[in-house]
Amino acid sequence: MTDDSQTIEKPSATETKTAPSISVAGATPAIASDHESDQLKVTLGEFEGPLDLLLYLIRQDQVNIYDIPVARITDEYLRYLKLMQELDLAVAGDFLVMAAQLVELKSRMLLPRDPLAVEEEVEDPRAELVNRLLEHEKFKAAAQMLWSRATVEQAVFMRAEIETDKNNPEVAVGLFDLLTVFQKILARHKEEVMMEIEREEVSMAEMIERLRNMVRSAGEVNLMKFFESAKSRRELVVAFLSVLELVRMAEISLTQRETFGEITARAASPA
Amino acid sequence: MEPEAAEPIEADEVEGTREISATELKGITESLIFVADEPIDSKFIAKVLRVEQPAVDEAIQSLVEDYGDRAGGLQLREIAGGWQISTRAEHHEYVRAYLKSKPSAKLSLASLETLAVIAYKQPVTVPEILEIRGVQSPSAIKTLLDKRLIVAKGRKETVGRPMMYGTSKEFLIQFGLKDLSELPSIEDFQDLAGAES
Repeated sequence: MTDDSQTIEKPSATETKTAPSISVAGATPAIASDHESDQLKVTLGEFEGPLDLLLYLIRQDQVNIYDIPVARITDEYLRYLKLMQELDLAVAGDFLVMAAQLVELKSRMLLPRDPLAVEEEVEDPRAELVNRLLEHEKFKAAAQMLWSRATVEQAVFMRAEIETDKNNPEVAVGLFDLLTVFQKILARHKEEVMMEIEREEVSMAEMIERLRNMVRSAGEVNLMKFFESAKSRRELVVAFLSVLELVRMAEISLTQRETFGEITARAASPA
Repeated sequence: MEPEAAEPIEADEVEGTREISATELKGITESLIFVADEPIDSKFIAKVLRVEQPAVDEAIQSLVEDYGDRAGGLQLREIAGGWQISTRAEHHEYVRAYLKSKPSAKLSLASLETLAVIAYKQPVTVPEILEIRGVQSPSAIKTLLDKRLIVAKGRKETVGRPMMYGTSKEFLIQFGLKDLSELPSIEDFQDLAGAES
């Protein structure tokens, strides 16, 4: 789940409506009740965080970012925050921090200026916030630029994959990938209450033969499933070793489509 | 311009090698760029062919001109410090129709913003990203790492020794960039951002 939108639904929620589409520029928060069901949906638009909300309020009121009416914007900000809380949204701590900063800023603006201070030395208490907002806005624009670049690049195609490509998943599975899978299954086994009544011995040779047959008949074997079929911890170890053995003898090859994805074994193509 | 009569290029005296003419070198270079599964540079090609790098550079320049003049379906571009042959973007509709492919899922806005901060501020730590974005971005960083668009660049010698992140070669490839300097200056976004709305 991405963190660019938040959606809350009442517990009875059955379906999720389409997520807000990505438009980098303006964002509009919307509260809409779904007529078909009694779920109340709150979409926080693209309000990523406090800076986004603040920018939105400033743009909405069309106030000069260099001369923010702190009192007004703070009130609006707090109203939004309250609304979010009323709607039982998990208001991120970041929002509260910003609220505190705004209130502090508001009170500092109310303080009379030191009449003795030289005009130029008086720094606008809002300067820091304005700089942060401007910086933030720049990176929003940069994100937009990246977005359009990616769109253009998606229209460009390279040649199709060929056998020798380095990203050939067959070489991508290392011992550690295998161990990770093994560990997962071991952990799962631990949770089960085991009642081993008689010791069932499966020899390494038998296990190798079993795997060999599975690969031969099914074409490919999901290693996760293969390991899960083991009835005991010992059998599991034997199963794991037989996979290693068959790989070593170059009888099977292992492929993994994505990192931490499932590993499948199939008959190795004759070299 | 055709280097038909060009003098043969000196090849190293390694077993099985022979002298390669400029015309031949151009052809071979094109073949290698084509079969490479990621952008390759002239240094690498020169090493494989055991020829001088300037000769390969020349061959590539000549190829670039050819591709430009031909205005065909393919383009030869410099990406991530190497060269790559790809289809032209304007033909994407037809290529997609043939490949039956749809534009793949784009990055979320949160991920893109995080990526933008990392691209411009690298090496950058998570707290520094938080400062600019005003919001935590753990899932965005995980997504970017999973997609290999960013890589860890060691730890910053400061309180807590936070991990620093930077963009990867994959980032350059996926965003069609020759190198990082090809990114528009972040200051250019100032007016753009201000002009909005």
